Amino acid sequence: MQRRTILKGGAALGFATMMGGKLAMAQVLEKVKAGFIYVGPIGDGGWTFQHHQGALAVQEQFGDKVEIVWQENVPEGADAERALTQMALSGCNIIFTTSFGYMDPTNAVAAKFPDVKFEHATGYKRDSANVSTYNARFYEGRAVQGHIAGKMTKSNKIGYIGSFPIPEVIMGINSYYLHAKKVNPAVELSVVWAFTWFDPAKEADAAKALIDQGVDVIASHTDSTAPLAEAAKTGGKVIGFGQASDMSEYKPSPRVSSIIDNWAPYYIKRVGALLDGTYAQVDVWEGIAGGEVLIGEITDAVPADVKAEAEAMRDAIGAGTYHPFTGPINKQDGSVWLADGAVAPDGDLLGMNFYVEGIVGDIPS
Amino acid sequence: MDIGGINPAILIASLMVASVPIMLAAIGELVVEKAGVLNLGVEGMMIIGAICGFVLAVYSGSAVMGFVGGALGGAVLSLVFGLLTQFMLTNQVATGLALTLFGQGLSSMIGQGYNGIKPPATTALPLGPLAEIPVLGTILFRHDWMVYTSILIIAAVWAVLKYTRTGLILRAVGESHDAAHALGYKVVRIRIFAILFGGAMAGLGGAYVSLVRVPQWTDGITAGAGWIALAIVVFASWRPWRVLIGAYLFGGITVLQLNLQAAGAAIPVEYLSMSPYLITILVLVIMSSGRGKAALNAPAALGQNFHASR
Repeated sequence: MQRRTILKGGAALGFATMMGGKLAMAQVLEKVKAGFIYVGPIGDGGWTFQHHQGALAVQEQFGDKVEIVWQENVPEGADAERALTQMALSGCNIIFTTSFGYMDPTNAVAAKFPDVKFEHATGYKRDSANVSTYNARFYEGRAVQGHIAGKMTKSNKIGYIGSFPIPEVIMGINSYYLHAKKVNPAVELSVVWAFTWFDPAKEADAAKALIDQGVDVIASHTDSTAPLAEAAKTGGKVIGFGQASDMSEYKPSPRVSSIIDNWAPYYIKRVGALLDGTYAQVDVWEGIAGGEVLIGEITDAVPADVKAEAEAMRDAIGAGTYHPFTGPINKQDGSVWLADGAVAPDGDLLGMNFYVEGIVGDIPS
Repeated sequence: MDIGGINPAILIASLMVASVPIMLAAIGELVVEKAGVLNLGVEGMMIIGAICGFVLAVYSGSAVMGFVGGALGGAVLSLVFGLLTQFMLTNQVATGLALTLFGQGLSSMIGQGYNGIKPPATTALPLGPLAEIPVLGTILFRHDWMVYTSILIIAAVWAVLKYTRTGLILRAVGESHDAAHALGYKVVRIRIFAILFGGAMAGLGGAYVSLVRVPQWTDGITAGAGWIALAIVVFASWRPWRVLIGAYLFGGITVLQLNLQAAGAAIPVEYLSMSPYLITILVLVIMSSGRGKAALNAPAALGQNFHASR
């Protein structure tokens, strides 16, 4: 279906170029065509699925005034530029690129299409005026997970399946570890880098490698439900968390809680802004407070007191009274990062390339 | 008994499991290529096998039925390839690539509504006291029955190709279809059967992914395993037992690098991850240097279409 829309768009190419100048002047759009670029399949049950839910919410909200198109499984890198160009040529007014690796392609294509709005998720480059970035404070959810992990582990070994060593993932690891350590000083963290966002077999293998090492709480930062499926094979000995989506099919165990990315409000707001002419370039980073990060139900596999503590932390973060990165925190090499009581500035987080003190191992370069 | 924090027995046991899908797909493709047909649609057949196996296993409640379904699904899809290339004489490379795209799309469509369902478990083969042997028991005797089946299939393919008349005919068709035709062998029919076998094996491998490796259905679940299977056939220089070695090497390195990371070993995993591909290139270079195509052992008629009128 997407392909057909794109082909049709190809025919409308001349028209779009002709209209280009006019669109720039018109502040209010009658009808918006919104494009979505996905790194995995919609059926991944995680990250991409959640973005697509947001896209569908936009359609639902605006009905006939919005047309949505999407492309799945777009590789990060050069091929993304092709997919983006195609989408821009097909008459999209706004394009959401939903993975970190689309950062440079997004900015490159945006420079060529000044009249099309580009929205890049989880990145930090806004080279031209038509590029906005948006992200969610997943590390807030990781803090809650870390607390649960520290309390729940029996082997004192907890694991984290990382995708790529980018600030986004590293800050999740740090937040997870810090909060596990806080409630369980004996805890040890093993990190496995899968070097993929989506490869169920490999993600399952990574989970298995961790389990073989004695890890009994696994957090994952990849897109599929495979790590939970692997944990489920242990018959309750190993627990994990839903990532990006609720992954409620693994309730009550191994999935004991989850981080849910709720993109719908942001997508509706941005497309709405195009429709009513209030659109402006932004750099948005919402968290639990803004409703962009939701903590999925903490199941009964977690003792009631731990659940209450975790929920209290969630609420404190949501109310703004607690920041997951509050000093004193040292870097891995022992140097001071945050002094006592200091709160991490966003800039530090977005460029985070170091582990905090206590984590063993190096970040691959 | 641990080396660098990793228990080698557990490591070998996991790599045997991890290698099953690529091993099955590769041995199927080996037979196809031995018959002179290059089917690049392995990835597509695998993923169709994965979803067909999954659906059937869920409905029948039996993992065995799931694997049968996977093999059937893969075989049916390969028949499309067979009809196109053998009767309509389409280009094999292009048709194979199209088959992969088609398989991925179709599997996604069939798979609608199957996200989040758990398939029936594939049980370990009860080998009783054998499983209790230290080290050896862990490595060899605690697997599910598909692990053993896949090794038996390798042995069977090897025996058939080497010792039987069927194997001889199959190889003859792959080396020179004109000569085989002149001898009165039905080239097209033999190739169709080989293609069907390849499809069934790829489907079986795919079903192993969705029923055992990652017991669930997710779009794109095979994530490129089919391409690795194709590389293994070349790596193995079209010899069945080398397929086994190749699959263990490719699957093993993935498992090894993940285990090394989990154990906290300071080894640059990127290099380890790329090493099977480097070895494949190296094997190709070494084998093709000097003694030509014969040394490479590639079937002489590989990728060429046959029509009796020529």
